[in-house]
Amino acid sequence: MRQEMERDSRVFVMGEGVGPHGSCFKQTDGFCDLFGEDRCRDTPISELAIAGAAVGAALAGMRPIADLMWIDFTTLATDQICNQAAKLAYMSDGQVSVPVVFRATTGRLRSNGAQHSGSWYSWYINTPGLKVVVPSTSYDAKGLITSAIRDNGPVVYLEHKMLLNVKGEVPEEPYAIPLGVADVKREGTDLTLVATGYEVVDSLKAAEAVEAEGISVEVIDPRTLMPYDSDTILHSVRKTGRLLVVDEGFRFCGYGSEIIAMVVEQAMDDLSAPPRQLTAMHTTVPFSPSMEEYVFPNPERIADAIRATVGSKRAVKELSRG
Amino acid sequence: MDRETKISLMRTMLRIRKAELQLAVMFKNGKIPSGAHLYEGEEAIAAGVCANLRVDDYITSSHRGHGHCIAKGMDLKSMMSEVCGKATGCCGGKGGTMHMFSPGIGVMGTIGIVGGGMPIATGLALAAKLKGIDQVTVSFFGDGASNNGSFHESLNMASLWKLPVLFICENNQYATSVNVRRSTSVKDIGVRGISYNMPGLTIDGNRVEDVYAAASEAVDRARSGEGPTLIECKTYRIRGHFEGDPSWNYRTREEVAEARLRDPIEHWKQVLISDGVLDEAGFEVMNAEIDNEVAEAADFADNSPSPKPEDALVLGALHT
Repeated sequence: MRQEMERDSRVFVMGEGVGPHGSCFKQTDGFCDLFGEDRCRDTPISELAIAGAAVGAALAGMRPIADLMWIDFTTLATDQICNQAAKLAYMSDGQVSVPVVFRATTGRLRSNGAQHSGSWYSWYINTPGLKVVVPSTSYDAKGLITSAIRDNGPVVYLEHKMLLNVKGEVPEEPYAIPLGVADVKREGTDLTLVATGYEVVDSLKAAEAVEAEGISVEVIDPRTLMPYDSDTILHSVRKTGRLLVVDEGFRFCGYGSEIIAMVVEQAMDDLSAPPRQLTAMHTTVPFSPSMEEYVFPNPERIADAIRATVGSKRAVKELSRG
Repeated sequence: MDRETKISLMRTMLRIRKAELQLAVMFKNGKIPSGAHLYEGEEAIAAGVCANLRVDDYITSSHRGHGHCIAKGMDLKSMMSEVCGKATGCCGGKGGTMHMFSPGIGVMGTIGIVGGGMPIATGLALAAKLKGIDQVTVSFFGDGASNNGSFHESLNMASLWKLPVLFICENNQYATSVNVRRSTSVKDIGVRGISYNMPGLTIDGNRVEDVYAAASEAVDRARSGEGPTLIECKTYRIRGHFEGDPSWNYRTREEVAEARLRDPIEHWKQVLISDGVLDEAGFEVMNAEIDNEVAEAADFADNSPSPKPEDALVLGALHT
C-alpha cells in the first residue's frame, strides 16, 4: 500500500483511525509522516459515508482505499458497496469506473464475540461487480493489495485477523499478483483441499498430519474468491479425484458450496469420492473460548475430514459437523 | 440576474416540464417498460441550481432525476431513449429511468436508492479538494432522504472537511406516500444544517429566482473553499410517486389543485412579462420550439432499437 501511494498520487487511504494512530491493526503505521493527513485521512465512524465518499472520489479519478476496519462493520456501508460501487460502471454502460478498495479484517480472532468475528465474504461474492480478495500469506497480501489498488473496479480486500501477526518473507521491491489466480500451497496426489484465509494455515497443518498416514494432500488457496480460478481447482481435482473445501464462513449459500457445485458440474466423472466441505457451524459465534473453539474448523477436524473423504479406515469423529 | 439568464431559466423549466409530460403520455401508451418518477412542479429547483454550474461541475441525483439531467445539459433524445430502455439512451438501456449518467457534462449518476447519492457527492467533492481544483458538486435529494443516515453522515463529513458541495433538499412534501409532517421531526429541514455547522436555508423552491440566488451564493462559498451549504427548497410533487400511483388514498385532490396554483413556470412567466423580458408572443415562440424538440426526441426514442440481449453481459456496449 505504501509503495502504491508513493507510485501514484491518486491513491489515498481513509478510515477511522488510519491517521496518526496508524490504524487499528497498524496497517498505516507511519503513513501520515510519509503522505500527510490529506492522503492518510482519519474519518468519523460513518461507514456509509466512508464507503460512499470513496466511491465518489473514485468516480472523480482518485484511487481510494476505504478502511472499514472489521468486515462486521461493512454492514453499515452495504448500500455503497453493493448498490453503488458494484453497479455504477455497469449502469452507466462503462462511462464511469469505480477504482476503490474496501479494506477490512475478517474472521475470528480470540473471543471477539458475535459481532466482531464475521466471515461474510460470501455476501460480496454474491454481488456482480465486486471482486473479493482474501490473502493467506504476507507475500500474497502485498502482491494482491497492489493489484487491488491498480484494478479499475471495486475490490473488497479482506485480511484475516489471526494472520495479521504472522511474519513472512516479502520482497522489498513492488510486485503484483494478478487477481483471479489461485496458488497451490502444497502439492499432493490423493485429495484436493481448497481453503482460504486462516483455514489455509490450519489445512497445511492437517495435510502434514495425514502425510504420515500415507495421504497426500494438495492444498489450493484461491486467494481471490471472485473471480475465482476454477482452472487450477479443476486441474487438481482431475488429478486427485477427491475434493474437500474448508471454509470459515457458513455452509448455506456459502463459498465452499459454490466450489463444490462448480466441480460437480464440470468434473463429476473425475471424482472418485463424494466432495465434502468443512465449515463453521451454522450458529452465531459465541464468546467463551470453549464454545468458540467448538464451532470452527481446526487442524484435527480438517484431518478427520480428509480421512473421511479419502475413505480412510481410521476413526472419523463428528462427521456431521457444520 | 441578466436578461439572458432569465430567459434561459424559463427555457430550462419548460424543457423539463414538456419532456416529463411527454413521458407521462408515453407511459400511458406503453412505451416505457417501467414506471417513472416525474418531476412536474419542481422544475425551478433543477433549473435555478444548475444555472450556476459549469459543465465540469458534478451533480448526483435521485430516482426523480430526469429534470436534473436536462438542467445539467443532457440531450432530450438521450434522456428519453434511456427511459424507454433503448440502445440509443445515455446508458445504452442499462441504467434506465432511475440510473442516468453522463460524466462529460458532470451527471455522475441519478441514484435509485434514497439517500445513496449524498455520500457519493461528498466523495466527488473530496476529490476536487484533494486535486486542488475549484470544481463544485451538487447533490439533489428529497425530504425523505433527509431522514436517512446517509444525509447525516454526509453533512457531518462534508462540513468537517469543508468540502465544495451543495446539498439541495427538494422538499416535495412526500416520501413515496408519507407526508413530510408524518416523517420528519422538524418543520424546516434547512435547520438541520446547524447541527453540522453549515449554513442551512429554507426557501421557496417554486420561485426560480430565489433558488438561483441561494444556489449562486452557495456555489461561490463552495468554490472559494468555505465549505458546504444545505438548501431546503419547498415545493410540491404534483404527480403520484410514480406514474400509475393514483395517490388519492394519502392526499386529496384539493391539496393537489391548490398546489397547482403555485406553479413555478406560471410564476416565472408573470415575472418575465412584468419585467418586459418576454411577452406572450415570445413565450409562444419558445413553447413551440420546445414542443418540436420534445416531439422529435420522443419519436427518436420510440423509433430507436432495443439493445441486443447479449449486450447485457458487455460493459460499455454503447460507449467503447
